[in-house]
Amino acid sequence: MNWISKVFRPKIRALVSRKSKDVPENMWEKCPSCGQMSFQKELAENLRTCPHCGHHLRMTAEARLASLFDDQRYDRVPLASVKRDDPLHFKDREKYTERLKRSRANTGLQDAALVGDGRIGGVPAVVFALDFRFLGGSMGMAVGEALLTAGKRAVERRAALVLVTASGGARMQEGILSLMQMPRSILALEQVKEADLPVINILADPTTGGVTASFGMLADIHISEPGAMIGFAGQRVIEETIRESLPDNFQRAEYLLDHGMIDLVVPRRELAETLAKVLRLLRSG
Amino acid sequence: MQLKFCLDFEKPIAELEAQLASLRSQAGASDPDGQLGMEDEIRRLEAKVHKFLDTTYASLSPWQKCQVARHPDRPHARRYVDSLLTDIVPLSGDRLFSEDTALIAGLGRFDGTAVAFLGQEKGEGMEGRIRHNFGMLRPEGYRKAQRIMDLAERFRLPVLAFVDTPGAYPGVGAEERGQAEAIARTIEKSLRLKVPMISVVIGEGGSGGAIALATANRVNMLEHAIYSVISPEGCASILWRSAEKIRDAADALGLTAKVLLDLRVVDRVITEPIGGAHRNPEAVLRTTHEAIASDLRDLSSLSSEQVVSGRRARFLQFGDGIA
Repeated sequence: MNWISKVFRPKIRALVSRKSKDVPENMWEKCPSCGQMSFQKELAENLRTCPHCGHHLRMTAEARLASLFDDQRYDRVPLASVKRDDPLHFKDREKYTERLKRSRANTGLQDAALVGDGRIGGVPAVVFALDFRFLGGSMGMAVGEALLTAGKRAVERRAALVLVTASGGARMQEGILSLMQMPRSILALEQVKEADLPVINILADPTTGGVTASFGMLADIHISEPGAMIGFAGQRVIEETIRESLPDNFQRAEYLLDHGMIDLVVPRRELAETLAKVLRLLRSG
Repeated sequence: MQLKFCLDFEKPIAELEAQLASLRSQAGASDPDGQLGMEDEIRRLEAKVHKFLDTTYASLSPWQKCQVARHPDRPHARRYVDSLLTDIVPLSGDRLFSEDTALIAGLGRFDGTAVAFLGQEKGEGMEGRIRHNFGMLRPEGYRKAQRIMDLAERFRLPVLAFVDTPGAYPGVGAEERGQAEAIARTIEKSLRLKVPMISVVIGEGGSGGAIALATANRVNMLEHAIYSVISPEGCASILWRSAEKIRDAADALGLTAKVLLDLRVVDRVITEPIGGAHRNPEAVLRTTHEAIASDLRDLSSLSSEQVVSGRRARFLQFGDGIA
């Protein structure tokens, strides 16, 4: 590395990255469903539902927390970082450490989960939310740890635990240790259930693989958003196995509702209100 | 020993074995008294085969281990159950929808002790494999496992589980009937189970479909078995976007018994005979018997609270990445 790259590259990079953070404010975003363009700002105000077709776009964990708590106010619960976050020294086309670094830079998050503590409809609640932008919201050790922290906090505060999932499943780059997060995450819910506090899941688009097959399907009440994809196996894998095309609406929230796997499909703008109603009912007994 | 099925890297061994077999039959016919010195040649070849197997199997690559773990002649769950247990009573059905033949289950005695057993069965021969759905459970299989765990708990029987599955079955019906819920609930049930549970990964430990039967107090793994969050094929196609990168994926995933022992995911590696379990099933059944007997001894003195808290602690520990 010569002096030019030492001195200038970081500055240029800083400039570019600052710019890229500013730009989205004024940028248009295309709806993946109807293809119509909307202002980012307008979408954000609309809780990222398309003003043209009502499609529910993915949300960041931070926006999710703000959208659920009363007056958008909550305390961010500090999360411990994993001591050795790449125990297998995993490298595919790219090193896992590089992927982590980039995801951290792009999202400002340490890993794929955020935890907030506040009130929903006046009822104390701890909300755990996954951020799909961070390696597909995949569950590794840090996500497991965040879930345990959220569960512990809920018990300490006698609060409800609300889990918002958006995940491709287990984080392959952590190998078997990501699989071990399945029982670990279930234990996080167990402590809350044993304290007779409610666990509510909001299964957002997409919730698949090891996340669905662990804490995703074990809440007291399962709520989803219109059109959200929820399932265990990937659609391509299923098609290759059964060698037939899949039913319409397969693995969509409405399909799961029909098959008895979830309680409610609620549009995003009614979500906080629905949660408030449910929590008040469960806590008034 | 002549194998019905031969892996690529076993071909040189198979050729030597074929030579050996023909030499033996010749010796039987033309040299019954051993005067032509064919006995020496046979012994020399036998030693060569043994050495070849020994060196090959001592340094199998992770991908080769995957092939061994999936070897069709490898002893499957049924074989372990039949050989390790007596007084076997097979039990069927989830009481909700149907019987799932990919999971064999029931009651029996291990060294005289009454136990409940669960085994993911891959089946023998093409017909058998189809009948057992290649060891891929549907939701009914996992719900049957929960039912057996309830039964075991009520009558204070330890649970033995033999893990051997490519993964939970990916099908439309399986999704409709809640494959994810069935797996999640089985893990939850395992974590609550008040009786000891001992798992043995005998072949392929395929992802969520496997851990549903491996959330145990003790997890044993055969030397050449594999246990992974995703198959090398799946991982290669997702992360490398190339089906040809299965070897790289197998290397990266750390799916061998040795790596998993270092990570404490596995408590014990059960040594396989030279050339793998499929070359000497009797030997591997013996060592597996010893391993289960030792685990049962250790766990039998624990109270139900200790059984539950010990199992919980075992799975809570996987959070710091420190082996």
